[in-house]
Amino acid sequence: MLLPCRLLSSVAPQRLWVGLGSRVTGSVNSLTSFRAINTSPKDASTPAVQHADEENTSTEAAKLKKPKRAPFIKNLFLGRFDKSVLEFPEVLDQDQHELLHEMVVPIERYFLEQVDGPKIDRDAKIPEETLQGLKELGLFGQQIPQEYGGLGLGATEYARIAEITSLDGSIAVTLAAHQAIGLKGILICGTDAQKEKYLPQLACGDWTAAFCLTEPSSGSDAASIQTRATLSDDGKTWLINGSKIWISNGGFADLMTVFAKTTEILPSGEKKDKVTAFIVERSFGGVSSGPPEDKLGIRGSNTCEVFFDNTPVPAENVLGEVGGGFKVAMNILNSGRFSMGSSGAGMLKRLLSWSIDHAVNRKQFGNYLSEFAMIKEKFGRMSANIYAMESMAYLTAGILDGQEDPDCSVEAAIVKVFSSEGAWKWCSECLQVLGGLGYMKSYPFERYLRDARILLIFEGTNEILRLFIGLSGLQTAGGELREVVQKLRNPLMNPGFIIGKGIERFRQQKDNPKLDLDIAGHLHPTLQPSAQLLEYCVKRFQYSVEMVLAKHGQAVAAPKNQLDVARLADCAIDLYAMTAVLSRASRAYCIGLKNAAHEIQLASVFSAEAAERIKTRVRDLEIGPVQNHDDLYSRIADAVVENKGYVAEHPLTRTFW
Amino acid sequence: MSLRVLVGVKRVIDYAVKIRVRPDKLGVVTDGVKHSMNPFDEIAIEEAVRLKEKKIAKEVVAISCGPTQAQETIRTALAMGADRGIHVEIPAKEVEKLEPLHVAKIMAKLVEQEKADLVVLGKQAIDDDSNATAQMTAALLDWPQATFASKIEKTDGELQVTREVDGGLEIIKVKLPAVVSADLRLNEPRYATLPNIMKAKKKKIAKMKAADLGVDTSPHFEVLDVADPPVREAGIKVEDVDTLVTKLKDAGRI
Repeated sequence: MLLPCRLLSSVAPQRLWVGLGSRVTGSVNSLTSFRAINTSPKDASTPAVQHADEENTSTEAAKLKKPKRAPFIKNLFLGRFDKSVLEFPEVLDQDQHELLHEMVVPIERYFLEQVDGPKIDRDAKIPEETLQGLKELGLFGQQIPQEYGGLGLGATEYARIAEITSLDGSIAVTLAAHQAIGLKGILICGTDAQKEKYLPQLACGDWTAAFCLTEPSSGSDAASIQTRATLSDDGKTWLINGSKIWISNGGFADLMTVFAKTTEILPSGEKKDKVTAFIVERSFGGVSSGPPEDKLGIRGSNTCEVFFDNTPVPAENVLGEVGGGFKVAMNILNSGRFSMGSSGAGMLKRLLSWSIDHAVNRKQFGNYLSEFAMIKEKFGRMSANIYAMESMAYLTAGILDGQEDPDCSVEAAIVKVFSSEGAWKWCSECLQVLGGLGYMKSYPFERYLRDARILLIFEGTNEILRLFIGLSGLQTAGGELREVVQKLRNPLMNPGFIIGKGIERFRQQKDNPKLDLDIAGHLHPTLQPSAQLLEYCVKRFQYSVEMVLAKHGQAVAAPKNQLDVARLADCAIDLYAMTAVLSRASRAYCIGLKNAAHEIQLASVFSAEAAERIKTRVRDLEIGPVQNHDDLYSRIADAVVENKGYVAEHPLTRTFW
Repeated sequence: MSLRVLVGVKRVIDYAVKIRVRPDKLGVVTDGVKHSMNPFDEIAIEEAVRLKEKKIAKEVVAISCGPTQAQETIRTALAMGADRGIHVEIPAKEVEKLEPLHVAKIMAKLVEQEKADLVVLGKQAIDDDSNATAQMTAALLDWPQATFASKIEKTDGELQVTREVDGGLEIIKVKLPAVVSADLRLNEPRYATLPNIMKAKKKKIAKMKAADLGVDTSPHFEVLDVADPPVREAGIKVEDVDTLVTKLKDAGRI
């Protein structure tokens, strides 16, 4: 039963078609007007005759100015909750929506009929015909604008297609290495000349691309790369020297985005090393690749070393600005991350179906496996986690598509961390449901598990991303809270402030923050308890941010304080997930999606458990490193490292007879 | 000799879906179930598009008689290479009762209107397995028919068609205009590529009703009962041939 929803201007119990007659892509200025859905059956069925004139959806949408909003998570560190995200974004108009769902069909068929996953894994190679088919399907130019021969898809459509390409990990990574990072730099900051020169052949797959950043001694610490680019005397050519490691598509890519150190001479005459991004064609010369690496998973994806020996690169091939390469790299990586949420969810949904199929057919002890609580728990928890993954991925994609110049770097990192760990864990649980069979190569579970392991490592290890999430937020908060923190750290010098703040802190210390955000007012009434929980968590999180800043100050980024930063990051992850699931479930219920009640359940249980996790972490921050055991573990680690191994004496050791 | 080819495409429940009988036992569950183009119709479209690529055909028109969603099926055909589409809209409630004879009459009328030279249909739809529309269409038009085609070659003004029949392969010649029905091994249909799907958005789909063509779609049949096939029973082992013969006699089989 559809309860009257406060969001709707017309309280109509029938199914409401969102998007019909509404060409608003992401206008979130007024909540009620956004939800004032046109329920008139303008064209309840599709138009009588399709128009042969140009389909100008993109230009129409461009005419509608996109709103610009502050980054959501960064502001959460200040206790500022942008309630516009509680309206799950509706990004695609009807034409785009239909088009996307038409596209999904042949891609899925191709993967099911023409892709031999086990063989690709066994041979550690994707057959040429398979790659050719993918190119013909148009999968190599998904986000390249149509004027350059690509499909011109936005983030949301790209994310949807990623759900299907994840059917094979090696292919998914090959495609991502090519377009999500390999050529993305040209899309983001390439000159028109660079775009015209390179995008057309990259779009159809005649040329493939690779992203060359990592080096043997520079992984997470990307700013420390040693590949060098020196400018010729006439200023027209750069010579690149160095070696890169673990480059996906490195063995055959025709075009590479290469990051190298360039020397900048400051006005003072001092020399400074900075990173610059270059577009390098293999045909420039001096480029060679090592043999393909033999990997645990994604074995069909080509990974190898790439060497640059005096590779000449014309000056017009600098990508972005000389010395601005680090930012280019970060922008590229930030823009592709969110799709891991949808690809992970796509993969897990399939594995879930297969494990259920096993569980409802296999009997032990007179019962089907699906009747045992321990098996049911796996299915239940997994469903809630998949729901969170999808919700976050599409919420982030919706912001990327629907806002003007959005800063989703932290949100994308959150999606990546949550989805990679979820994919690994739940893949493993599905394998567990099948028991011994799951362990066998004749079943696909072990391959998906091995393929999933890399997700926690590449595109920024989850450890680094947790620091990024935590420190980005702290930096945002720190800037604004500097004065606040100063006063907090000097209570005796600022008694007035402390008293005022004291009341707030008193309530926080009693674990009873004032809930004044009215999050519940922006969600369907059924979700009120979860909305209250979210609000409580937002307040506790803000409190813990202030706590961490007050405790560490500038030293918050020091190696020894990472655990506290990670706690904040984990809270941010759970908060984003809670927000995404509640926003999505509320929408589902309001617009009358099938099984909306089930979605409410998923959102509620996920939120409840996320809130518990957040509570524990805030408490751990409150009680400090001695009581939360950080100190002890650190000392144990010190001893073990100094001993170059395990320290405790063997249990059988005796000192007496 | 440039032919205008009409191809029929039907929206059916996807072949991979597990079919479930409706509670009222008068049909199968279609709500929320994955649908796609009838596989034999894909082969038909593929053949027509190949004829166009060989310059034997000049235009391929994809036709579907079905509910609103049949337009998705037509668009798939357009993405595979058909030039335009015709959607004969059948109200959702009547779709189940639509018979090969109705479709044949519609096709015949469209052939006249469009001045088509060749009709290619799938040999049968995987939901009703009627295997009748092509034959009826040919009869209504008084055209030659070449059914179960596994190979089509063009020879001046005629088609040489290899047919798969129970006894093997039969090669016949039919004069144009003609009706052909596509069998499984005629060709392997192409995947609709994403760029082609985008281009297909610009192709026209004309919409009309059966009544506009003067065709009455009142049913001639009434479905009395739909049921699952009986569950396969366990077999029994017998010791010798005599016991086997006795058991078969008891079961009334011999």
